[in-house]
Amino acid sequence: MKFVTAILRPHILDDVREALSDVGVSGITVTEVKGFGRQKGHTELYRGAEYQIDFLPKIKLEIAISSDQLDSVISAISSVASSGKVGDGKIFVTNLEKVVRIRTGETDQDAL
Amino acid sequence: MKKLLALLALMPFTVLAEGIDGANTSWILTSTALVLFMTLPGLALFYGGLVRSKNILSVLMQCFAIAGIASIVWLILGYSLAFSGEGAYLGDFSKLLFAGISEGSLSGDIPESLFALFQMTFAVITPALIIGGFAERMKFSAVLLFSTIWLIVVYSPVTHWVWGGGWLGQMGLLDFAGGTVVHITAGVAALVAAIVLGPRKGFPQKPMPPHNMTMTITGAGMLWVGWFGFNGGSALAANGDAAMAMLVTHISAATAAITWMFYEWVKFGKPTALGMVTGIIAGLGTITPASGFVGPAGALVIGFLAGVVCFNAVIFVKQKLKIDDSLDVFPVHGVGGIIGTLLAGIFAASSLGIFSGQGLAEGMTISSQLGVQFVGVISTIIYTAVATFIILKIIEPITGLRVSDDEEQQGIDITSHEEKGYDL
Repeated sequence: MKFVTAILRPHILDDVREALSDVGVSGITVTEVKGFGRQKGHTELYRGAEYQIDFLPKIKLEIAISSDQLDSVISAISSVASSGKVGDGKIFVTNLEKVVRIRTGETDQDAL
Repeated sequence: MKKLLALLALMPFTVLAEGIDGANTSWILTSTALVLFMTLPGLALFYGGLVRSKNILSVLMQCFAIAGIASIVWLILGYSLAFSGEGAYLGDFSKLLFAGISEGSLSGDIPESLFALFQMTFAVITPALIIGGFAERMKFSAVLLFSTIWLIVVYSPVTHWVWGGGWLGQMGLLDFAGGTVVHITAGVAALVAAIVLGPRKGFPQKPMPPHNMTMTITGAGMLWVGWFGFNGGSALAANGDAAMAMLVTHISAATAAITWMFYEWVKFGKPTALGMVTGIIAGLGTITPASGFVGPAGALVIGFLAGVVCFNAVIFVKQKLKIDDSLDVFPVHGVGGIIGTLLAGIFAASSLGIFSGQGLAEGMTISSQLGVQFVGVISTIIYTAVATFIILKIIEPITGLRVSDDEEQQGIDITSHEEKGYDL
């Protein structure tokens, strides 16, 4: 099993959700986060004073999947998240040791 | 017979006490509500949105607390010091606690109770404007004590000078609705307070952007509308003066807003919402002293100058002088009040063709009127600056002026009031 964490531009959330549904992902967790990478921040202008805003709003997606879904999930996310410009985000993949569905007590593959 | 008397009592001319003008009274009743609406919640929201989210409640709280305190001070002492007696510099104590103001007493042809209340709403907004200078760092106890003393020592005397029969009024100063009385006093006091208290921690390196522009713009809209009562009501009558004051107020606000917007667009590349609403306030503050004296074309020029001059004043004070007048009270209200009071001396004249106003007093020329306006501006600036400085120095050992660095870091909503503005 794999655990996929993706940092993405906020406005593509609905498209990503659709693309993931299409490849059979049955659940995702989304958090609104802030951060910076190569994109750096942006400037804001208030009464003639320019402020450098370092942390940009992003969304963080967390998805637990079976290992054989990994390639399709990565390509699903990449296909909608890629604009070719700095700031599209990143996908992190880690191994997932155990999953428990709390309601039924099912574990691992059955709980995904 | 009794029925006949009762009927007579219901007829309009018998309902009114002798000398009261119903039309004038109803307009000033309305204006009074509009001016209070400028502070509650107009100014509170305008300022509230401009601070960081950890200090939103402190600003709202200060506006509302000052509304309460200023009203009480005005009742007990302020009104009497401003509007009684024959003194050139200060009223007397004959109207303490509104002594002698009964249901039937008149001020001109409106009830004196109404005049005193209308003026009370001015006494509310003026110290509330000063909050912007020391926002996000002044102790709440110090804010209350400062506002109380400031109203008695600065606001009431200056009001007496200009509107209460004092020396500036006698000299012929043109200040229709408070360019000197309200905007110069508030602007200068805010600047002095900002200097005495020192900047917010991290100023100017650390960005301190507004936390809720929507709130600020909402407040600005309320201020624009409320200002119709501020300036239109200052005619103290429902007449052509009031209508012209309202018209020029609107023209100036609209012109300054659009001027500021385009100026910023050209200079910094983007037209900002904050720039536009700041322009509105600059235009409104600047036309205030001139509003009952100038014409619509004059107001267009005044609004344009308000946008250009106040825009540069904001940048000059914050970025060149590096004074943390946090919400730009001096460059917007103080500078607006100064140029508006001076421009009133020009555009009131009837010799400017389409740009003419309602005419200067007999025997006055533009240059002699400008001389009077200049004296009014300078004396108000100097008196306010000196008195405000002394008041701050007097209360410093009593309450302290600033919250601790720790409290400032955490935000004064939670540390001074044990509440949060938002629980999202």
